[in-house]
Amino acid sequence: MTLQPDVSTSAGHNSHQPDATTIEHLRERAQFIRLETIRLIDIAKTGHYTSVFSAAEVFSALYYDVMNLRRGEPGWEGRDRFTIGKGHAAVGLFPIYADLGFFPKEWLDSYTRLGSPLGDHPDMRKVPGVDFSSGSIGHALSNAIGIALAQRWTGQDYKVFCMMGDGEMQEGQVWEAALFAAQNRMKNLIAIVDRNGFQLDGRVDEVMGIEPLDQKWRAFGWEVHTVDGHDIAAVTTLLRRLRADGAREKPALVISKTVKGRGVSYMETEPGWHLGWLDPTDAQEAIAEIKAQVI
Amino acid sequence: MNGPKSPNSWQYRGLNMVNPGLDHLSNGLIDLVKTGHNVVAGSADLQYSNGLNRFAEAYPDRYISFGISEQNMVSTAAGIATTGVVPFVATFASFLGLLTCEQIRMDVAYSAQPVRLVGHHTGISLGFYGTSHHATEDIGTMRSIADLTVVSPSDGAQLEAAIRASANWDQPIYFRIGRGRDPVVYDGGTTFEFGKAHVHGFGEDLTIIACGITVHAALEAAAAMNAAGRSVGVIDMASIKPLDRDAIIEAADRSKSGRLMTVEEHNVLGGLGAAVAEVLTDEGKGIRLKRHGIQDEYSLIAPPTHLYAHYKLDGAGIRAVAEEFLRS
Ligand SMILES: Cc1ncc(C[n+]2csc(CCOP(=O)(O)OP(=O)(O)O)c2C)c(N)n1
Repeated sequence: MTLQPDVSTSAGHNSHQPDATTIEHLRERAQFIRLETIRLIDIAKTGHYTSVFSAAEVFSALYYDVMNLRRGEPGWEGRDRFTIGKGHAAVGLFPIYADLGFFPKEWLDSYTRLGSPLGDHPDMRKVPGVDFSSGSIGHALSNAIGIALAQRWTGQDYKVFCMMGDGEMQEGQVWEAALFAAQNRMKNLIAIVDRNGFQLDGRVDEVMGIEPLDQKWRAFGWEVHTVDGHDIAAVTTLLRRLRADGAREKPALVISKTVKGRGVSYMETEPGWHLGWLDPTDAQEAIAEIKAQVI
Repeated sequence: MNGPKSPNSWQYRGLNMVNPGLDHLSNGLIDLVKTGHNVVAGSADLQYSNGLNRFAEAYPDRYISFGISEQNMVSTAAGIATTGVVPFVATFASFLGLLTCEQIRMDVAYSAQPVRLVGHHTGISLGFYGTSHHATEDIGTMRSIADLTVVSPSDGAQLEAAIRASANWDQPIYFRIGRGRDPVVYDGGTTFEFGKAHVHGFGEDLTIIACGITVHAALEAAAAMNAAGRSVGVIDMASIKPLDRDAIIEAADRSKSGRLMTVEEHNVLGGLGAAVAEVLTDEGKGIRLKRHGIQDEYSLIAPPTHLYAHYKLDGAGIRAVAEEFLRS
C-alpha cells in the first residue's frame, strides 16, 4: 500500500489487512465484475468497458468487504451508502447488486431493453441498491454529503462512500462540495477518485489538467490518501482503515491510481475504448485475456 | 493483442466513420471560417460525440477544449463573444439546455452576446442513457428566455443551412440537434430563414407541425395517410423562436376538420405544441390541437428507435395518433 507520508490516522496500519482467503475472494469478484460487464454490454451493443475495468477492484472491495450491508436488504436503514459520479460505470455495479440479492438476477438479461430498470446510468427510482441516481457528472459528492449530513437529524450511524472520475474533477460543483464537506467536518464521508488518467476526449492532463490533485484536496481541508487501485489487498486495507477510523475529524479522499481498461491490453492503451462494443469473437478473446491474469 | 479483430467491433474515436451524419456541424463551421468569419468552437469533453473533432483537426487553433465544465464553457463563450469573435459551443442538450440554463440567460441572452449554443443528442435520442441524458425540456427552457433564438433543424442539411444563416443573425442562438443519425429530409440541400417554417404542404384534414427528428416521421405518416385518401400536410417548424406565426395561422385556416397536430421529441408542456397553442389562442382560432410528444413524464429507457416506436414518434406511430385524433 502506498500512503502519503504526511497522513496520520489513529488506526494502525496493519490491523486492517484482509487475509489470503478474503483477497482471493475479492479478486475473483473483481474478475466477475469485468466479465459481467462484457456480457451486459453485448446486450446493449454499446457501453463503457474501460470505466468499469479501472474501478473493478474498488467496487469489489467496497461491496464485498468494506461496506456494511445486508444481503437482500437494499433498503436497510443502517447500511453504508455509495454514490457514484461516473455513473456510466453502472454496468459494473448492477451485477454486484443482483449478486447481493438486491434484485433478481434475470433483470440483468434485459439490460437497456425497453422498460428495463437497468440503463447506462444508475437510477434510484428503479434499481434497488442504487443509493443515488447519476449520469450528469459532478453531482455525486454533494449527494453523498447530504446523506452523511442527515445523520445529525436521524441519529443513524453509517458511512458514505462516493466515487468520482478524474475527469469529474473539472466540474465546479465538486469543489463547492469539497469546501462544504471540510467546513462541516464530515468524518463519515470517504470519497474516492478513480484516477485512471483518461476522460472522453483524451488524457485528463491534456484536456484539462487537475494535478497536483492530492495537494488540491489537502488544501481544501481533506485527509488525502493515495493507493494503487488495482492492488486489491492495498485498496481493501486502506478502505477498511478509513472506515474504522473514529478519530478523523475530516472527510477522507482516496486517490485510486488505476489504468482505464485494465484487463484488456488494447483497451489500456487506446482511450477511444471509453465507449464501444466488442463483436462476440473479440469479446471471447477479451474474456480469455482477463481470465488469464491475476489482477 | 493490438486491438479487436472483427471489423464490427468499434470504439468512440471512430464514431465519425461509423456515423458520417456527425459531420454536418463541423462542415457548417468550417464553411464559416472559409468564408471569412471569425468563428471558434468548443466542447465540454464531447468532441467525438458532436463531431467537432473534425473542426479541431481543420483549425486546431480555433478549437477550445473545456473538459467537463459546461457552465464555465458557456460563460467563457459569452466573454469571447464580446470581442466580435463568434463562439459555437456544444455539448449534450440535456446539459446545455438545463445545466447551463442560468449562464445562458444571464451571460448570453440578457448580456446580448451572439454565442451559438449547440445542444446535441436532444430529446430521447440517447435512449438507454436515461433521464440524465434525455432533453425533453430544452425547448421549454430555451424559448422562455428573452432575446434567445431557438432553432431545431430536422436534418444535417438544414443544420448546415441554419449555421450559414447565423452569420447574419445578431441574437444568440440555441441549436437543438439530434445524434447525427437522423434520416435525411432535404436530399440535395435546403435553405433556412429565421422565423420561417419549411412548409411541406397544408392539409384539409390535418396539418402536422413538427420539428427536429419528428419531421421525417411526420412526412412518412402524411404520405401514408394521403395515399389512403386523406389530405394531410406537414410543416417543418425549424425556427421555434422566432416562430412562423403566419404558417400556423394558414394551417388553421385551411383545416376543414377543425384540427391541427404538433409532434415533438419533447415534453408537450412548454415545447413546440405549447408554442403553437399560444399562437392559436392569441389569434382566436377555434380549433382543436393535438399536442403529441412526451406526455409530461420521464421517458423509459431503450435503444432510441425502440423508444420512438413506443412513444409513437415514428411514422407509423404518428399516423396512428393522427387517425385517432381525426376520428375523435
Ligand atoms: C455533466 C456531464 N457532462 C458530460 C458528460 C458526458 N460524459 C460521460 S463520461 C465522460 C467522461 C468521464 O471521464 P471521467 O470522469 O474521467 O470518468 P472515466 O474516465 O473513469 O470514465 C463525459 C464527459 C456527462 N455524463 N455529464
